[in-house]
Amino acid sequence: MATPSANALGRVGEEVVARYLDRKGLHVLDRNWRCADGEIDIVALSNATLVIVEVKTRLGVGHGHPLEAIDEIKLRRLQHLARAWRETHPINSNEIRIDAAAVIVDRTGKITLDYRKAVA
Amino acid sequence: MTLATTRSIALIGIEGAVVDIEADLADGLPAFYLLGLPDAALGESRDRVRAAIINSGESWPSRRITVALSPASLPKRGSSYDIAVAVAILAADSKLPAKDLGSLMLMGELALDGRMKEVRGVLPAVLAAARAGLRRVIVPITNVQEARLVPDVEVIGFRSLGELIAWFRGVEPPDQLPIQEQLIPQLIPPLDLADVVGQHEARRAAEIAAVGEHHFFMVGTPGSGKTMIAERLPSILPILDRECAIEVSAIHSIAGLLPVNEPLLSAPPFVAPHHTASRSAIIGGGSAHPRPGAVSLAHRGVLFMDEAPEFSRGILDALRQPLESRFVTVARTAGTARYPARFLLVLAANPCPCGRFSGDGRACTCSSLMVRRYLSRLSGPLLDRVDLQVYVEPVSRVDLMGNLRGESSAAVRDRVMAARERSANRLEKGGWRTNSQISATALRGESSADAGGMSLVHRALDEHRLTARGLHKVLRLAWSVADLEGHQRPTIDDVAQAYALRTGAQRLVGAA
Repeated sequence: MATPSANALGRVGEEVVARYLDRKGLHVLDRNWRCADGEIDIVALSNATLVIVEVKTRLGVGHGHPLEAIDEIKLRRLQHLARAWRETHPINSNEIRIDAAAVIVDRTGKITLDYRKAVA
Repeated sequence: MTLATTRSIALIGIEGAVVDIEADLADGLPAFYLLGLPDAALGESRDRVRAAIINSGESWPSRRITVALSPASLPKRGSSYDIAVAVAILAADSKLPAKDLGSLMLMGELALDGRMKEVRGVLPAVLAAARAGLRRVIVPITNVQEARLVPDVEVIGFRSLGELIAWFRGVEPPDQLPIQEQLIPQLIPPLDLADVVGQHEARRAAEIAAVGEHHFFMVGTPGSGKTMIAERLPSILPILDRECAIEVSAIHSIAGLLPVNEPLLSAPPFVAPHHTASRSAIIGGGSAHPRPGAVSLAHRGVLFMDEAPEFSRGILDALRQPLESRFVTVARTAGTARYPARFLLVLAANPCPCGRFSGDGRACTCSSLMVRRYLSRLSGPLLDRVDLQVYVEPVSRVDLMGNLRGESSAAVRDRVMAARERSANRLEKGGWRTNSQISATALRGESSADAGGMSLVHRALDEHRLTARGLHKVLRLAWSVADLEGHQRPTIDDVAQAYALRTGAQRLVGAA
């Protein structure tokens, strides 16, 4: 399980991404939504598209690019979770899009965001 | 630039085909896909290339990387595409100028730290590249000497991926000398026929075998010098001309047996597989990918099978195909390869399982049935293709203690060369290369022995001392004897000598 500090780091990352989406004109609908099958970091709406965002936050890139941690299995689970979210929420959406965001915090505290649309 | 193509070579047998390595960088999650029938070693290329690029001080593109090796239907194997993959990725990532990549052949393995490591098959690959019009070749520096054997190709060697990247960016290539390998001292002095004491008949047989490329079978007690003679046979065969040397070197290159410092094998190879060797080791094989076997490594040289009756029946039978067609076809799951296999077969055997059956056979502990069965394992279709069958006597005290050195290989080779020169014109007219190939029809017609010689073999035939096939073999041998003696046509003496050499081991082996 993630340590408290890792949790805190993750929260920072999600906050960065949420603000970014807000600036881009998306409506953040939900954060850290959980069900029995897992968790969605951010749910947002872009026009009529439901956007599911997986956020990976890392201190530096010593362990490789954060987004490399997202594999096929994770993507499939996100798709499943997206449908689960839609079924349980009264929001009209035509399609679902899965995005991935990497938040990299370097040693000086500088934050870099690498946002990728429609990764699955 | 998000797409770049480099080129390398895939080997099928000793032939090569150009492989295009395309790297595409796309948006999406960072990932690295390698397409195009890669085998396990090539699949691992992903991890090697990534580590090598990062450890060469370059950044790894965190994008969706797809590398495709095409044509996809061509089976590709091994680690020799690492460099081509790395350069394709760096060029697609705009880290390198992509110009001229189309006329460049890249080959070599990468270590995790970015060092370039030598690979097998460079010589045939560079030959294929030259044929495909790729005029510039990049290889690990330890493969430079081998690659340079191919004319009209510019070869540039590098020690590391970092050096190669620098070269692409305009830095001069490094000194083309390989890192000094530990010098391999010539521990083994060249073998010379002068070391063989006595054994006049076997020496004579070896000389005749060398003239006409007659396959050769020696029966004799252990210690009588069969192996010594066989090992020295390459020293009296003609030195390989450049074309043959490159062909032989290419086969050894694929097997990974080419010396780094002297990559051109100009001496006829000598290959002596042990009798426990597997069929794949001898004929050619490999687990999934075809690899040349002993018969191909002995191409244009000598294949020596000591203790021949101990080889498995399957292997002995499988030898018949290369003996006949002079190449082998090796089929494996990953494809079928054709390797040349034109060798001079030398078989040696003890007269019985215990090896002491000689003279009155008193020292021998084998039953008479065992003695008879032993050599009969060899009889039949294989021995049909062996012209010379010689009984090698134990060395006599006179020969041994006289301590006289025999004639040197150089002197014998001169005679062999002269004899081959005499026969060359005559053989060319018939479309043959050596006396062992003269057709049976010709031997009864324009290539017959003189009247005296023919009467000798005819009498042997009438008295059932010789079969029709045996008769032709005797005449082929007689031609080699005649060429050595400088006779226009085999005389009765030449034929008599040939007859003796054909049937020398017959009392032990059975019918000729």
